[in-house]
Amino acid sequence: MTLHATAPAPAVEPAAAAPAVRFNAVHKSFGTLEVLKGISFAVGRGEVVCLIGRSGSGKSTALRCINGLERITTGSIDVCGHVVSPDGRADLHAVRKRVGIVFQSYNLFPHLTVEQNITLAPRRVKKTAPAEARAIAADVLAKVGLSDKRDSYPEQLSGGQQQRVAIARALAMQPEVMLFDEVTSALDPELTGEVLKVMEDLARGGMTMVLVTHEMAFASRVADKIIFMHQGRVHEAGPRDMLSRPETPELRQFVGTGL
Amino acid sequence: MTFSLANLVYLLQGTLWTVALALLSFVGGGVLGLAVALMRVSRFGALRFAAGTWIQVIQGIPLPVLIFLSYFGLGVTGFDVPALAAAALSIAVNSSAFLGDIWRGCIQAVAKTQWEAADSLALNGFQRMVDVVLPQAIRLAIPATIGFSVQIIKNTSYAVVIGFIELTQSGKIINNALYEPFLIFTIVGLVYFALCSPLSNASRRLEARLRARGA
Repeated sequence: MTLHATAPAPAVEPAAAAPAVRFNAVHKSFGTLEVLKGISFAVGRGEVVCLIGRSGSGKSTALRCINGLERITTGSIDVCGHVVSPDGRADLHAVRKRVGIVFQSYNLFPHLTVEQNITLAPRRVKKTAPAEARAIAADVLAKVGLSDKRDSYPEQLSGGQQQRVAIARALAMQPEVMLFDEVTSALDPELTGEVLKVMEDLARGGMTMVLVTHEMAFASRVADKIIFMHQGRVHEAGPRDMLSRPETPELRQFVGTGL
Repeated sequence: MTFSLANLVYLLQGTLWTVALALLSFVGGGVLGLAVALMRVSRFGALRFAAGTWIQVIQGIPLPVLIFLSYFGLGVTGFDVPALAAAALSIAVNSSAFLGDIWRGCIQAVAKTQWEAADSLALNGFQRMVDVVLPQAIRLAIPATIGFSVQIIKNTSYAVVIGFIELTQSGKIINNALYEPFLIFTIVGLVYFALCSPLSNASRRLEARLRARGA
């Protein structure tokens, strides 16, 4: 099955070459604990960028700053022509309409069927007509290979199926960027494979993707850029073959223990 | 004179008023309580403070005092308040403070990740509450809410302080004529038990089922 990601909506701003996401010297503190110590990097349109690093290196926090689940302390993040800033909530709604996110623990709505999970946001946020929303749901469910689960409830599905529904739910908003926060960490190897397959198809379809992942094999195969985070900073960044020739001792050690 | 069929019919009439008063109080207390619960989890500090104060003040006032306040207090200001309305209003206000607190807990018990998922899909605060949080909170709230409705039924007996003829007052009136307190108030107690125990049982069963599902 080949997947074709929904073509990103045409950029409103003329600078079509502008990156989809750009971190500008972003700091983030939880109380006195500084988790992000000034990180800057860019994600081009259609690029797949993998954030890797130890637990506590700040990679998940960085990802969650993109759609404002965590509020940055200083700096700014450009997201699809909008600015996420420390104070402003003004652009958050616009950003969230353009950015989909998939979580480690799926976070499907347990009281809604698969189809209702998927159609909720298009109907409420974009005011899509019910029939059209159902057509979108059918389309994204086909993309993740779960057309037959339309009327199931999340608790009736396996972890891998739930995660694929979560991906479909995010895709239904036709996002310009997809964020993945350790989406396979809660799954056994077999189920991990089916989720990674869906993500790889998405990447091949041209979707802009930012992933926090421990799947080094996946990163080496699919990523356009790998960013190794260490103690709240971008420690090393490079193309997908970077993992086979790490330059810093920290990355060497991480790859050594991580594989 | 001994306890007759007419006395029993009179008690059952009182029972109907008890049920009516309980229903009115439950509906009123539910509407007010939902407002209190939502204010309690609002992102606006002033609303949270107002609701918190309401809960503390109302929970600190005995129900009969509230009933006197609305029956005689409002009467002084020129409103002629029927006893049923005064009692229902008072019990509703009292219930709102307890239900509001129970429901606040249920809303906050919905996993933070569910709130985040709703935020991430660009739902606004109202949509997040109505479409995602409340449906899950309601499921959590059902056992405790039914349990509290038992409390409301028993609280209706405080309406005796303003002479509203519900079940307890009916018993009192019959006893004034017959002077058979042990018999009459045993019957009254049994009727309350018959009203309350199905609700208590339902509450217990639902809670056990909820726990079994790991919710």
